[in-house]
Amino acid sequence: MTEQFTLSRRGFLASAAATTGGLAIGFPLGAGAQQLAGLAEPEMNAWVVVQPDNTVIVRVAKIEMGQGTLTGLVQLVAEELDADWETVSWSYPSPGENVARERVWGSFGTFGSQGIRTSQEMVRQGGAAARAMLMQAAANRWNVDVAELSVERGVITGPGGETLTYGDVAEDAAKLDVPESVTLKDPSEWTIAGQSLLRLDTAGKTDGSLVYSIDFAVDGMVNAAIRQTPVQGGTVASFDASTVEDMPGVMRVIQVDESTVAVVADTWWRANKAVEALEIEWDLPEEAASFGTEELEAMLNDGLDADETFVGNETGDAAQALQDAAQVVEATYSYPWQHHVTMEPMNAMALVTDDSCTVWTSTQNAESDLAAASEASGLEIAQCDIHRMHLGGGFGRRGASSTDYTTLAVKIAMEMKGTPVKVIWSREEDMTHGTYHPVTKARLRGGLDAEGNLTGMHMRISGQSIFAGLMPYALEDGMDPLVFQGLQPEGEEGRLGYTVPNLLIDHAMRNPPLRPGFWRGVNNNQNSFYLESFIDELALAADRDPLEFRRSMMQDHPKHLAVLNKVAEGIGWEEGPPEGRAYGLCQHMGYGSYVAAAAEVSVENDAVKIHRIVAATDPGHIVNPQQVEAQIEGSFAMGLSASMLSEITVEDGRVQEQNFDTYPIMTMWEMPDVQMHLVPSGGFWGGVGEPTIFVATPAVLNAVARLTGKRVRELPLYRSGLRLA
Amino acid sequence: MPTLTVNGTTHEVDAEPDTPLLWVLREQLGLTGTKYGCGIAACGACTVQIEGQPARSCQIQLQDIAEGEEITTIEGLSPDRSHPIQQAWIELDVPQCGYCQSGQIMAAAALLRDIPEPTDEDIRSSMGNLCRCGTYNRIRAGIKRASELT
Repeated sequence: MTEQFTLSRRGFLASAAATTGGLAIGFPLGAGAQQLAGLAEPEMNAWVVVQPDNTVIVRVAKIEMGQGTLTGLVQLVAEELDADWETVSWSYPSPGENVARERVWGSFGTFGSQGIRTSQEMVRQGGAAARAMLMQAAANRWNVDVAELSVERGVITGPGGETLTYGDVAEDAAKLDVPESVTLKDPSEWTIAGQSLLRLDTAGKTDGSLVYSIDFAVDGMVNAAIRQTPVQGGTVASFDASTVEDMPGVMRVIQVDESTVAVVADTWWRANKAVEALEIEWDLPEEAASFGTEELEAMLNDGLDADETFVGNETGDAAQALQDAAQVVEATYSYPWQHHVTMEPMNAMALVTDDSCTVWTSTQNAESDLAAASEASGLEIAQCDIHRMHLGGGFGRRGASSTDYTTLAVKIAMEMKGTPVKVIWSREEDMTHGTYHPVTKARLRGGLDAEGNLTGMHMRISGQSIFAGLMPYALEDGMDPLVFQGLQPEGEEGRLGYTVPNLLIDHAMRNPPLRPGFWRGVNNNQNSFYLESFIDELALAADRDPLEFRRSMMQDHPKHLAVLNKVAEGIGWEEGPPEGRAYGLCQHMGYGSYVAAAAEVSVENDAVKIHRIVAATDPGHIVNPQQVEAQIEGSFAMGLSASMLSEITVEDGRVQEQNFDTYPIMTMWEMPDVQMHLVPSGGFWGGVGEPTIFVATPAVLNAVARLTGKRVRELPLYRSGLRLA
Repeated sequence: MPTLTVNGTTHEVDAEPDTPLLWVLREQLGLTGTKYGCGIAACGACTVQIEGQPARSCQIQLQDIAEGEEITTIEGLSPDRSHPIQQAWIELDVPQCGYCQSGQIMAAAALLRDIPEPTDEDIRSSMGNLCRCGTYNRIRAGIKRASELT
């Protein structure tokens, strides 16, 4: 059940349709008359193809990058279709096909933990409509009422016990009208969705046969290695191509644009060796080129004291409440830049001719790459297309507004029309030209009354805005609402789980010269770290139990409270930790899901050992429990890497960390045991790829503080004289 | 022209003597299951076996390999994904994005041969390959499952 890669996807689809005459239907209803661009055969639609040999191909609009979305979406379609899971396969339509069909597949964007929750309804409808048509075709064949039929695993049974497979009636069904409405199953009836089925794409990851775009090769292709300005905003002043032109394999030395030079060679290794040998003089902007840790600190501190801010959440009068408080607690925290370090570095292959531009790449949003390819090549959208490949990690780097890898590949291929050019960024190039997790600081002030109740709180966030740096068109009157993820008073996407009578949460935007981006969990990472650490600091000052203190503010937030209670029970909060250890808690809501964690730690010689983390998540509905568990464990590894081990720093405008030797991430050695409680409460659809990433760090650090009295307010851990064991 | 013996087949290789084995495998022999991750032997995505020992192929140059030395890549671990590590990986859905898994599997297969019944501690101290998706606990479980299958 794996996809055979074919050079021309259109050719693949055309042949599938032409040779089988099978059923292809989908939504929106009524879109049936549209023709698939480039296809000889008319197609009714989009999500489901049933071939005469009984194979079901589910078209998947979202992309697979490890998060399991592909398998989950296919499960949802197969569920409504009552398909035989063993016969189910899948394919990726291209963004060019999506455009040609008036975006029948909706958005390809795979980010924000949205893969399943934003498309589950339409893919389920696609499966249900296909089922209805196949059943009707069988009823027509037998000349009976469709209500007299039953179906199980793709086999239709008639009133007299006779049977037909989906494949038997696929051609007939394809000629029927798409039903105007369908009824979806209640999740309680699911037998394929909701189950811990194995992924559809694992086999090729165990024998090296899965082709990522970095692996993709065609006859006649050449390879390019690049060097981009070391400082944001810098430009190429000069270079002497003749110094490397005679090196083995070198074909071209190209100034790609004002800030990039490329060497093209027969192999990438030779291209990269040459680009490393090439001496490039840069014109660097003075301010950015003198920016470093000291300037960053001053900039963020200025924001902490600023008078002009954007307000994200305000209730009552926090300033007055703080003035009237019996006790005021204050703490300042910081969260550093992070890099995605996808294991597969940025890369893309492009082939440009006078009237076409084709790109093969690993991307989270191929429609953005399509636009980038059109813009870079000067060709119409209809003349361009993107072939989507599995990603060797995405985490937000290969996302919405960061298609730089595609743009560069197209620009280089423009210089060599007719030749496919594969551009691979070295790890060093990748790490120094990322879209970094934004850098911020926060100062929190909380007022407690004589009984130790939180009467007022001011949370001031100072620092970088992703919208401002990456997509300024998304700002709202200059404000970046995304800065307040998980801190908003209301909303289905994420909201604060505490009721504080007087509250002010505001943001002083300060944008240092380093391009920010969406990094798994995004602003929830620091917001959860700031707030949930401070809640524990308040509980300590009030001499109250951190669990009881939280509960006292959560009566109106039952779903937040439920996951918190679940982890407290799971860790054994009431019983207390073993000798020499401590427990810590955290809860937060993001991407539509309620998540909590409880950690058990010990500290010896300043080394923090995380013995286990108990996690609870309520995403409403769960399509594949074992894959949700995989996301929880994986997100803990990534979240804890950021807080315990990794940071990106800048000196003289240059990113200092260039590879894994200076940007360490978690290994098997540090990985804690993770105990997971999936507690879907139904009635809503939340995400699972990101939410749990932001609860591990506060849980661990709250436990460290309870055990040692040492409160970690600056990350990563070494800044507080601690390390990870 | 230098020769290399990979997965039981001897190849003549058109590459400079200082070319890393990783790039010879990927670009000269078309064996792209072995991945580029860092180029400094820090991540392990390029792990292969040389004479049965795990080796990070990005830091081994063509000229460092003696003639006739047996190199095994992920493509040569088994003809049909039947190696116990591969079986266990599929049974437990170990991979997420999968990019590091060729290296993880080659390292795990070497570990399992040296220590047929590894403890958690054995696994933790010998599996140094990086996984950004964070599949470590399933890798650990996969190695133990493979041990049962052996």
